[in-house]
Amino acid sequence: MKPLLRFENVTLRRGGRRLFEGLNLTLEPGEALHVAGPNGSGKTSLIRLAAGLLRAEAGRIERAAPALCDEALALDRELPLGRALGFWARLGGTSDKLRGAIEAMGLAALADVPVRLLSSGQAKRASLARVAASGAQLWLLDEPLNGLDGDGVERLGALVASHRASGGALVAASHAPLAGDWARLDLGQ
Amino acid sequence: MIGMLIARDVRRAIGGAAWLPVGFFLLVATLVPFAVGPDARLLERIGGGALWIAALTAALLPIERLVEPDRADGILDQLALHGLAEESVALAKIAAHWLTFGPLLLIAAVPGSVLLGLGEDVLRSSLAALAVGTPGLAALAVAVAALTAGLPRAGALAGMLLLPLAVPLLIFGAAASSGGGSGALLLEAAVSLAITAGAPFVAGAAIRAGRT
Repeated sequence: MKPLLRFENVTLRRGGRRLFEGLNLTLEPGEALHVAGPNGSGKTSLIRLAAGLLRAEAGRIERAAPALCDEALALDRELPLGRALGFWARLGGTSDKLRGAIEAMGLAALADVPVRLLSSGQAKRASLARVAASGAQLWLLDEPLNGLDGDGVERLGALVASHRASGGALVAASHAPLAGDWARLDLGQ
Repeated sequence: MIGMLIARDVRRAIGGAAWLPVGFFLLVATLVPFAVGPDARLLERIGGGALWIAALTAALLPIERLVEPDRADGILDQLALHGLAEESVALAKIAAHWLTFGPLLLIAAVPGSVLLGLGEDVLRSSLAALAVGTPGLAALAVAVAALTAGLPRAGALAGMLLLPLAVPLLIFGAAASSGGGSGALLLEAAVSLAITAGAPFVAGAAIRAGRT
């Protein structure tokens, strides 16, 4: 089976500083990778490389179509949450997955609330629901736990488990420990 | 997909500040008689050009909301992840920006020409010139917005970039407005077309280069 993400000898330099060199990794369906490391070690850059938003200085990256959850919310702030999420679901042709994703993150009661009124934890849940509704096989999560409360962390864990069970893979960059069975990559050593 | 993007941008513009450039356009047109005096013949002679200067300054106003909010909010990144080329996104933005800028400006040109005391002939040729020129202005605005997105003092920088690049449009547009004949209108159309055709590539490359 084809891996969902593969880095071959990838080198990345940002602002004249080499963040990592000769990085190899392969992510098969069902696998999950926890990218750890101190601040500034290149966790976010690795996620953006995997998403195709940055170019590596050297090396090859192959990927399946990914879904990304990062610091940027990427939802129209003036719209109700349901419609803002619906825009991306319609764009990706996965409107049927939207309701399930909103319920999985516990946002059903907030569907009519404008995005600009959401708290940071609710915004993070919304961002994760956008990823869950995308139908992408490869999920890229940058600091997915930021702002989440206990219930949110549990819901994320359930979402991750069902995504892996259905043959998806994910990369999560986080300085906090993640619950469950994750392969680990430590940057900045 | 592009249709959805255009619909989104049009909705945001109408819900936001689409009327602002039009109000500004009328304001600048009002200032001209105050500045040069109420001499009807003089106003008639410079009126076509004055309308164009008003249109150019009005085109500057929306630049900061065209690309930067979507860049800062990660929308442009998500669109790339959905497999949309940056050039397609830029094209959608140009189309949406023209839809919320061009027709409104044409409507505002009617009261604007009254403020300047322009005759019916000049109004008619000005409307034709603005109709031909506004797609170029909209495309230029999106390209400049993409080039300056994320920079400090982007608004002032955008003005420094857009106004010189709009000079060819201004020359032929103002000439066509003031009865320069169909030659001026054709040259204006050529300039407008060239800008509209090139702008999506400039804006697309700028969006890509602006990623960090």
